[in-house]
Amino acid sequence: MINTLKRFKGGITASHHKKTSEFETVKIPLPSRVVIPMLQHIGAPCTPLVKKGDSVLVGQKIGDSDSMISAPVHSSVSGVVTDVRPMLYPGGFEVVSAEIEPDGQQKPDDSVVPVKAADREGIIKKIRESGIVGLGGAGFPTSVKLSPPPGKKLDTLIINGAECEPYITSDYREMMENSRRVLEGARILMELTQIPEAYIGIESNKPKAIQRLSELAREFNGIKVVSLPSRYPQGGEKQLIYAVTGRKVPAGGLPSHIGVLVHNVNTVSNIAEYISTGMPLIKKRVTVEGSAVAKPMNLEVLIGTSLKDVFEFCGGFKEKPAKIIMGGPMMGVAQFSLDNPVVKHTNALLALTDKEANTAREGVCIRCGKCVSACPMGLMPLYISANVELGRVEETLKYHLNDCIECGCCSYVCPASRYLVQSIRYAKAELKRRQTLKAGGGN
Amino acid sequence: MEYNLLAGSSPHIRSSESTRKLMLDVIIALTPAAAAAVFFFGLNALLIIIVTVASCMVSEYISTRLMKKPSTISDLSAVVTGMLLAFNLSPSVPLWVAAIGGAFAVVIVKQLFGGLGHNFVNPALAARAFLMASWPVYMTTWQNPAADPISSATYAGADAVSSATPLAMLKMGAAADALPSLTDLFTGNVAGCIGETSVLALLIGAAYLLIKRVISIEIPAAFIGTVGVMTWIFGGDRLFTGSFLYHIMAGGLIIGAFFMATDYSTSPVTARGRIIMGVGCGLLTSVIRLYGGYPEGVSYSILLMNLVVPLIDRYMVPKSFGGVKVNA
Repeated sequence: MINTLKRFKGGITASHHKKTSEFETVKIPLPSRVVIPMLQHIGAPCTPLVKKGDSVLVGQKIGDSDSMISAPVHSSVSGVVTDVRPMLYPGGFEVVSAEIEPDGQQKPDDSVVPVKAADREGIIKKIRESGIVGLGGAGFPTSVKLSPPPGKKLDTLIINGAECEPYITSDYREMMENSRRVLEGARILMELTQIPEAYIGIESNKPKAIQRLSELAREFNGIKVVSLPSRYPQGGEKQLIYAVTGRKVPAGGLPSHIGVLVHNVNTVSNIAEYISTGMPLIKKRVTVEGSAVAKPMNLEVLIGTSLKDVFEFCGGFKEKPAKIIMGGPMMGVAQFSLDNPVVKHTNALLALTDKEANTAREGVCIRCGKCVSACPMGLMPLYISANVELGRVEETLKYHLNDCIECGCCSYVCPASRYLVQSIRYAKAELKRRQTLKAGGGN
Repeated sequence: MEYNLLAGSSPHIRSSESTRKLMLDVIIALTPAAAAAVFFFGLNALLIIIVTVASCMVSEYISTRLMKKPSTISDLSAVVTGMLLAFNLSPSVPLWVAAIGGAFAVVIVKQLFGGLGHNFVNPALAARAFLMASWPVYMTTWQNPAADPISSATYAGADAVSSATPLAMLKMGAAADALPSLTDLFTGNVAGCIGETSVLALLIGAAYLLIKRVISIEIPAAFIGTVGVMTWIFGGDRLFTGSFLYHIMAGGLIIGAFFMATDYSTSPVTARGRIIMGVGCGLLTSVIRLYGGYPEGVSYSILLMNLVVPLIDRYMVPKSFGGVKVNA
């Protein structure tokens, strides 16, 4: 094990709430219906390959796209497609989705065979077929990151096991339950990308994972475990790279610009599993937590299972939930319908009570500067927010609006409960809208 | 399972910090100095504190009512202003002067400029300057600490002995042995404003604020450091012979550096900006004390630096992580 090279400035020390850490993953029974959205990633949505009435098998590809940045989607059950139409998606908008009624057989598709390919390009192409996307929460298609732009030389692979968001323990469980597979995945990626050095970054609040992976890593060449400070957002890509390599991702740039490739532990572990079994991404480990949940658990859930089925399996709610969140409390997306499905990048489902969610009324800015010291990107959230409130959206660019990673530290620390990161998101969206208007203004 | 679910944008949790809690921390931190004031200057000091706090709170309530704005009494910022104002008054000041000061601080300086977070100068200090200009005799009539603090209640009041503050004595060129000792300065056994004399009590409160991270160290360190260096270099008969410890502990430097210059609304929000603010305050204070007409310059230096805070923030936009510096 090695220690952090550089500590990022700012951030917060929120309570970790990781009480599900030692809860082994439990398989949730086959649901009576799954909904598979055609968009579960950053990039172009897939075109459905099935129609109402078709029979599908487990792992069968049911949606794909010709677009460079996209990832195919697969059926998580064997059964009959009962509908293909736009349905509500956890992001809060409608996406064309396939509704499938399982037949209970769970018969795998013929395409599910261990991956064999002659060369690296062949394997990367196969990985695209696995439908694997960034499982840390972002959902960026993994295969795209494996083929960096020409001329960019990668020298360091970082496996992100920081899991800095409170409550979530799904990455931790992966490191504990499938330790060898995580390392195996890292080895595969090193081979595919010809990167000689890999680091697995884990926050110091997970000593068991650090110990286990450090011991196993001795059997692998060039893989080291890095103990990271337990400080949110240590798992943010830029903060993680800085901690491990001491390099800063340039503003507006990508990790590949400084020779670094970052993948989540669950992503690499899934790649290893896919290579050895050929089963695409059809299930996810989901931490179910929050004060309103009767029995917090770590579950293995088939993609497409409704939130309602997941919460019911956990004994329902013991208190009235004020907010249901997909993902962590700092960056997750609030859900307003329990009919929404679990998707590829779902790593947690939280049911927070009113008290936990602390839905305080917005007060006036007292200029305490706590948001400035908490910002891990060195921004001044108070001035961005003040300019947004005055309608001076363009002005926010002078305060480096686009460098904001939306980690939420500013809003978390604000004693006046101001909607700081929220106003930053608004400014980004508004500037984009104005740009589109300008671009289309010629006709 | 049907629930009314909130669907706001992340983050979905918040720290338990609130404006009210921060203000309460400042009030707690000012309590040792208030206790020291009562100990050295008698119950009259307590009476003045009560009057300014009451005046500030009533003014806050009435002005928000008249302006049809939500009442901000409960955020306790008016209490902080009231206490700080009292701490900047002579223990022998008439109660009506104190009351007018509280009203001026809250109505004119704070509420008319938009209320909490929008005042461009420190309300308590601006009120002190206003009182100083209006009733200079009341504001500069000092009282010696009670000879017997236990029975000080009967000692204080209109009959109090008028005396010069240590800085005034220094300014008038008093001999070194005629000045109060450093020990007296540290404990607060000297003439001066209600809350400024006891360095010990103020430092206890300052430590509390620093530990609770209500304030950060940059402004006080830069302010006190600058005054120390300047008075050491230029404060003596020859260069580098000034009694800098005396200058640091006498007068309003400690309360000014830790409690007044760090006022959120009127201080920069970045670490670098705060250092500039502290150094600026320190330079101005030293210049006023050593070369100006007044014996003391802390409050005017803070007021002057308050005015450049927007400019400091504007030019101190930090470089973003991995980014390049741009001036806003």
